[in-house]
Order: sequence, then C-alpha cells, then structure tokens
Amino acid sequence: MIVANAAAVASGAHEAHEHTHYTTTSLDNRKIAIWAFIGSECMLFASLISTYLVYKGRSVVGPFPHEAWTSPAGQLFKPILNIPVTSASTFVLLMSSLFMVLALAAVENKGKPGYEGLQGSSKFWLLATALAGATFLGFQAYEFTSFVHEGLTIRTNLFGTSFFTLTGFHGTHVAVGVLWLMTLLFIDIRRGLGPADAIIVDICALYWHFVDVVWIAIFTLVYLIK
Amino acid sequence: MSNDRAHADSTHEHPSWKQYKWVALWLTLITALEVWAYYMPAFVASPMYKPAILVMMVIKFAIVVMFYMHLKYDNKIFRVLFTGPLFIAACTLIAYVFLFAYRPVG
Repeated sequence: MIVANAAAVASGAHEAHEHTHYTTTSLDNRKIAIWAFIGSECMLFASLISTYLVYKGRSVVGPFPHEAWTSPAGQLFKPILNIPVTSASTFVLLMSSLFMVLALAAVENKGKPGYEGLQGSSKFWLLATALAGATFLGFQAYEFTSFVHEGLTIRTNLFGTSFFTLTGFHGTHVAVGVLWLMTLLFIDIRRGLGPADAIIVDICALYWHFVDVVWIAIFTLVYLIK
Repeated sequence: MSNDRAHADSTHEHPSWKQYKWVALWLTLITALEVWAYYMPAFVASPMYKPAILVMMVIKFAIVVMFYMHLKYDNKIFRVLFTGPLFIAACTLIAYVFLFAYRPVG
C-alpha cells in the first residue's frame, strides 16, 4: 500500500496536492490523523509493556532476563539480556531520529541559504535514517537468534512470551518505518522532495520518532530495571 | 490552499540544526548515564536506582517528543491528541502494575 501510494505521489504530485482535505481547524487532516494514530499506539504499547511488567519475575523455568538459572538437569543458563549490544542498538535508533529531523529540515528548507551540500541533501539523510533503522533491526535479529540458541523461545516461559511479543511488535513498527523511509527516498530520487512535500516527510518523521520514544521506554523498563 | 500553506498553518518555528545536534548529544549522554548506572552494583541495590532510571527515561521521552516531534512548537490540538491517550495509557500501566505485579515485602 505504501509503495502504491508512493507511485501515485511520485507520478502525480500536483494532483495529490489538489485532493488534500483540510479541517475547520485549518490543520492538515493527515497530520491530525497521524497524531491520533500515535495516540492509539501509545495505548497498544502500554498494554504490551504492562503485560511484560505484570508477568515479570513469574516465570517458573528459566532462562531469566537478569539472573542465572540452573535447570533440573543441571544445565546452567546465564542472565539472557545482553546490555552492551542493546545499548549500541539504542544509540543507533537515537541517531536515526537525529537523521530524520535533518531530513525534514533539508526538505523544508530546500534551496534556502545555509542548506546547500550535505545539509540540504534530503536523500542523504533519508538514506541514513533508513540504514540506521535497518541496523537496529539487524541488532534485534542477532538478539532474537542468540536468545533462541541459548534456550529462550516465545514458548519457553512467561518472560519469553511477553518479551518476544513486546519487542517483536516494536521491531515490526521499525520495519514498517524503514519501508516508509525507503518509499520517501524513492520519491525523492524520482522527482525530488521540496518544501511543498514537507508534510509527507513530517508525517513519516512523527511515526519514526514515536517508534524511537517507545524504544526509550522499552530499553529502561525491560533491559535496565532488574 | 497549497501544501506549503497547510504546513505553515500546522507548524511553527522548528529548532535549528545546531539545536538538533545538542538534543542528540543530551539523549546520548543520558543513555550513557543509564547504562553506567546499570553497571554500578551498589547503586542498583539502593532504593534510588529505579526512581533515578525512570526519571532519566521520562526526560529522554519528553526531549524527543518536544524537540524532534516538535510538540513544543506545534498546534495545541496535536498536544491534546498525544498527551490525552498517553495519560490514559500511563494510568492504565501503573494501575495494572499495582494490581497484579505489586508484592509487599514480607
């Protein structure tokens, strides 16, 4: 659907502008919609995080997030969370938010003094954001794979179920964001994004930053609180 | 009405490049502080650890929402659309944790 929309926007940007609807508040309806969507997403992630917290410490069998565990068969399981790796992926996601605002600033100010070269290159910043998002997903794939190798799956215990559901939902949101960013990059390469298109980049940026703030909460509540 | 006009109507002055980089630096520093605190066993064992780390989380959350999502500069309607559900979500989370996860010591 995103790609189909991208093709429509890329081929008929002016027609798309004519069909934009505005509300009585004089605000763009798409921006109101994305904020309403983000509000609903707050509730979705709050339910997932509260499920994780309610089940925290109630797993009957290991592996556990912060404590070592010896199985009845005598096998020793280390604490499963890898804080250094997750800290690196958190840093990458935080930097992706910086790249995203720089991409939006480049689109909004295209052609203005002070926005020449790299500073005004929306293509570069959109690509950097998408690459940072893809890197975060790579870290998550590594983490999930290593957990499975260490004996934790979504069916192992309550921790595994709530952890994989929460972080899996977040990872899916990041993947959708990366696709969205690649779509904007495609449009930018095809016809160029200028100040008139700032709203479509702004909407994507809001989604991307929301994914970032959700991770800020997950990183603290899941990884850092023992 | 052009998209330019609509965008101008819904947004106000955004932070500059320099401010964005300062925001990124602060976010990185707070994250580094959180991770450093995690590796201090004496601090983790103290009753101050959880409140401190939660405060740092809230600060980072607020910085991203205010400066990167431009909620500080944008129309009040967006603020209401975000903070309303966020408040309900936070209250629900806290209520669930106290109802089901709170275990009194002893």
